[in-house]
Amino acid sequence: MVPSPFLDIKGLSVEFRTRNGVVRAIENVNLELAKGEVLGIVGESGSGKSVTAYTVIGLLDDAGAPAAGSATFDGISVTDADESTLRDLRGREISMIFQNPRAALNPIRRVGQQIEDVLLCHGRATRQTARIKAIEMLEKVKIVEPEMRYSSYPFELSGGMCQRVMIAIALACDPRLLIADEPTTGLDVTTQKATMDLVRDLTQERNMAVVLITHDLGMAAAYCDRIVVMEKGVVVETAPVAELFSNPQHTYTKKLIAGSPGPHSTLAELAPETPTQTGATVPPGPSAKLPERGMRGGENILEVFNLVKEFPIQQTAGRHWPWRKASQPDRSFRAVDDISFSLKRGESLGLVGESGCGKSTTSSIITRLMDPTSGDIIFDGRNITAFRAQTFAQRPERKQIQMVFQDPTDSLNPRYSAHDSIAEPLKRLTGLRDRGLIRENVEALAERVGLPEALLSRFPHQLSGGQKARVGIARAIAVNPKLLILDEPTSALDVSVQALVLQLLDRLKHELGMSYMFVSHDLNVVRLLCERVVVMNRGKIVEQGAADEILRSPSDPYTQALVAAVPHFEPQSQN
Amino acid sequence: MKTTKLIQVGRRLAQALPSVFGVIVISFVLTRALPGDPAVYFAGDMADKDSIEQVRRALGLDRSWVEQFVIYVGNLANGDWGMSLSTGRPVTEELLNRLPASLELTLIGLGLAIAVAVPLGVMAATRQNSWVDHLCRLLVTAGVSLPTFFTGLLLVYVFYYLLGWSPSPLGRLDILYLPPPQVTGFYTIDSLFAGDRETFIASVVQLILPAATLALFALAPIARMTRAAMLGALASDFVRTARANGLSRRVVLSTYAFRNAALPVLTTLGMVFSFLLGANVLVERVFSWPGIGSFAIEALVASDYAAVQGFVLAMALLFVCVNLAIDIILTLTDPRVGLDD
Amino acid sequence: MQRYLRHFRYVMGENPVTVFAFALFTFIIFLAAFGPWITPYDPVATNAANTLQPPSWEHLFGTDHLGRDVLSRVIAATRLDLGIAISAVALSFFVGSALGCSAGFWGGWTDRIVGRLSDTIMAFPLFVLAMGIVAALGNTVENIIYATAIINLPFYARVARAETSVRRNAGYVYAARLSGSGDVRILATQVFPNILPPMMVQISLNMGWAILNAAGLSFIGLGVRPPDAEWGIMVAEGANYIVSGEWWLTIFPGAALMLAVFCFNLLGDGLRDLVDPLRRT
Repeated sequence: MVPSPFLDIKGLSVEFRTRNGVVRAIENVNLELAKGEVLGIVGESGSGKSVTAYTVIGLLDDAGAPAAGSATFDGISVTDADESTLRDLRGREISMIFQNPRAALNPIRRVGQQIEDVLLCHGRATRQTARIKAIEMLEKVKIVEPEMRYSSYPFELSGGMCQRVMIAIALACDPRLLIADEPTTGLDVTTQKATMDLVRDLTQERNMAVVLITHDLGMAAAYCDRIVVMEKGVVVETAPVAELFSNPQHTYTKKLIAGSPGPHSTLAELAPETPTQTGATVPPGPSAKLPERGMRGGENILEVFNLVKEFPIQQTAGRHWPWRKASQPDRSFRAVDDISFSLKRGESLGLVGESGCGKSTTSSIITRLMDPTSGDIIFDGRNITAFRAQTFAQRPERKQIQMVFQDPTDSLNPRYSAHDSIAEPLKRLTGLRDRGLIRENVEALAERVGLPEALLSRFPHQLSGGQKARVGIARAIAVNPKLLILDEPTSALDVSVQALVLQLLDRLKHELGMSYMFVSHDLNVVRLLCERVVVMNRGKIVEQGAADEILRSPSDPYTQALVAAVPHFEPQSQN
Repeated sequence: MKTTKLIQVGRRLAQALPSVFGVIVISFVLTRALPGDPAVYFAGDMADKDSIEQVRRALGLDRSWVEQFVIYVGNLANGDWGMSLSTGRPVTEELLNRLPASLELTLIGLGLAIAVAVPLGVMAATRQNSWVDHLCRLLVTAGVSLPTFFTGLLLVYVFYYLLGWSPSPLGRLDILYLPPPQVTGFYTIDSLFAGDRETFIASVVQLILPAATLALFALAPIARMTRAAMLGALASDFVRTARANGLSRRVVLSTYAFRNAALPVLTTLGMVFSFLLGANVLVERVFSWPGIGSFAIEALVASDYAAVQGFVLAMALLFVCVNLAIDIILTLTDPRVGLDD
Repeated sequence: MQRYLRHFRYVMGENPVTVFAFALFTFIIFLAAFGPWITPYDPVATNAANTLQPPSWEHLFGTDHLGRDVLSRVIAATRLDLGIAISAVALSFFVGSALGCSAGFWGGWTDRIVGRLSDTIMAFPLFVLAMGIVAALGNTVENIIYATAIINLPFYARVARAETSVRRNAGYVYAARLSGSGDVRILATQVFPNILPPMMVQISLNMGWAILNAAGLSFIGLGVRPPDAEWGIMVAEGANYIVSGEWWLTIFPGAALMLAVFCFNLLGDGLRDLVDPLRRT
């Protein structure tokens, strides 16, 4: 005797009216959720996972409407319900938490009052008891000093605390279903774990059903009972967690699982099939394996000695007076606090840490986009900190150090075609003038990175994320640099594309004999490409050494916490 | 919390000082850029050669720029803004006499505009693509294209000449009535104080057309900003959260959407006031309204430069005060204001 | 070039209002350029016998208090009004964007000085400041242009500064530094082409405002002197007669003024679609 599902979605299709006609966002979705169960909906951008959730809670954009099928919550049809029924359900029976928590809270209203609003609206408190209950909720979501935090505004709280407040608001009226739409996007890895643990504890305590929407398969594996995989608006596979990972049925599921690197994956495993649908070709070659992971013979290409970068903190008082108050000393913030490390020729070094640890500042200084406060950087035997960042563009060393940026959209000039963007360093740094020669060079570079020639005349908004990433890489290697700094080059990309780009980067390193410095917060990705790793926290280096070793058995407590926080699933060995 | 707010208010006051300084500097530059001898203009109509010499020495025209500036500032602070050529009275006296007339007109025009534009903008945002929305967008697009003086004349033609509803556009009161005893200088308020209903109605009737002209002018930017701000607030993440948690429509619209939208609208009011002070001049000309605007026009025609510069300075100082007031209101109501300090 | 034409046709197809605005704009420019040759009568020729005639087949817009043909004067005024507005806008655009871009890109003292200058001008109600400037410099048409340019300056400086400082830290600016470009080259070749679309929209909207300003100043008697034909001064001259029913002296020039400003406002929106690369397909 199977009890009827708590949330029952049958054959649901949702259409959106756009200026290009009617678009089907999701097609024939079937989904069931039992009381107290945790269901994960996993997919990449455009898969329709959010649309499904918004339909359940009735918050679809005006342009969207269910076109077929039904969604029933505890017997009530939410697709047919009118606005007042839905409003009654929301918050009281079904509630939702979103990504970017600070933006999701009213910026000019105290957080305690926002919890009260929900309590009062659903009659769960009176004006007299509302404040006490709000403080109780703040305590339940483990916010310290709840009476004081009651009066805080969202801008005074950290991202993690804002998310806790959102959870408090969502759970204030004891709903039976919680929908969590990518609740950890934008949060640090350690904060992500704390947030998800909190959600798990609170919902288990109240026997709530949860729908967790995420693109992170590892997180879904760690916190869900069952997983639904969606691609392009269609459900491709539904299975309990263990079964999904040990015996995935659909090709897309397999691709997703392979593309999410775990502690034991290798680069070759990331993208087992050569893709043809993205239009990018990966020239064959013995690229996948990382040969000789030991130290290369030869000198260091990069040596960093006692690097320090301080940023002055603006004095708030007296800022508008033209003279300074002599009594108040300038306070400054040490983003990079006396770090030293080196990089051997041909080696890949990973620079790892959470946001704010100083890794991006360090890479900016090494690339000479910024001047350090003190310290020396010796590149290929020459001290490049002797030259100021502003004049570095004219130095011959400029050609030798190049960078691949994190956000491919932001790093391409929207008014330059792909060809123009790639040609720019050629024109400026190699003095090439002949249009034909430049064109030839650009085409050769495009082929090297697997970018079809036809795309060269396109503009950034006409290219996909992966294609833009390739343009950025082609531009970076255009002048044959010796040192390539990679600043989170794949974090803005979909998982399937990420795998291809990482393989491309690895292949290029061997073909062109470059040395890499790979900046990232994702330990598993760093492990794939780098032999050595430097771990940073609050401007200092806490640990450095061989990548495998550090990630398998870290010695510093911070590194240990970092490694433990990354959610993953250990696939059981195949039979 | 309270003390930080007080500090922030104090900071806003201090921030207004450079603006006042800049205004006075430009005013000074303008007086010295006059064609001919400034002393002649500042001495007034009745002056002879000796008194002109006196004025020249008093203004410090024979000394360095810096000294002249200091003298100028000192004179301003003392209330000596020169003598009006055309009327023979001190400029400050003329300005103060005529200020209430202009203020009454401008404030009522602004009030009318807000009373219509804000609800219109809110309704247009909450009922997208309805007739209210289209009306609002039409009013906004047409409103920014309308020349104020033309609208005024058009209104006079339609309502006075064609329909005969409005009285003759000749000032604040029909000649049959006497102005009420002066308390504030606002004929409407003063006649109420004096208990004189007929004069009250007469002054209101004269106000309708000119205030409507000003209101039409201010309507467009206020409605546009209200609509845009409400649309922005309604599309924001935090309104989505409020709706997802089942808050009632009334609470979402007022506490969550409108309160947030009100802040940029308030900022717009400052800009609108600046345009209104300019439009005021034109409207006073069309309706023969005896305010500082028409005083300035008469002074321009008569080459009464001291009066003109006095007018410019007065308007600028008034504007700085209004901006300061808006800034302080924003400081007190928006908790995020201290962030970028 | 071909790309632009194709995109032009696409935008025109999408948006009939833009087509209308563009057609109106072309018509206005035509009138401004060829006005003196197409007026049916001499705009300044008086005719004492024929004063204050209502619109008729002979005089489509009627005649004014000096017997001059109103239609001819309205057409002739297009050149003067447009000329004043275009000169003033061009002047304040070039100076204002140069200042604003420098302030937005380099920050520091440049930013502070430009900011102070902008703020000081903006501390005045702008029309009032224009009155003061014209009074101080002298009552000529050139000074109307300078005054309008000065009061418009902060507008362009602010927009240019805002747009530049948003893009100052864009990834492609850093990439350009890595490619060996210096500051000035980056500002000119990387940043400026990207801020041009929003600036073009501002120019168009500003044109409408500049025309209104110039007409307002001449309405109160500054700048343009009789017998020159200019919309503002025509409205002023006709104001005395509208209360006695002779509406055509004021309504026609006023309507022309309104139409011109309206056209530029609509054009602003259309321009943004044309130049913005994000809308290209």
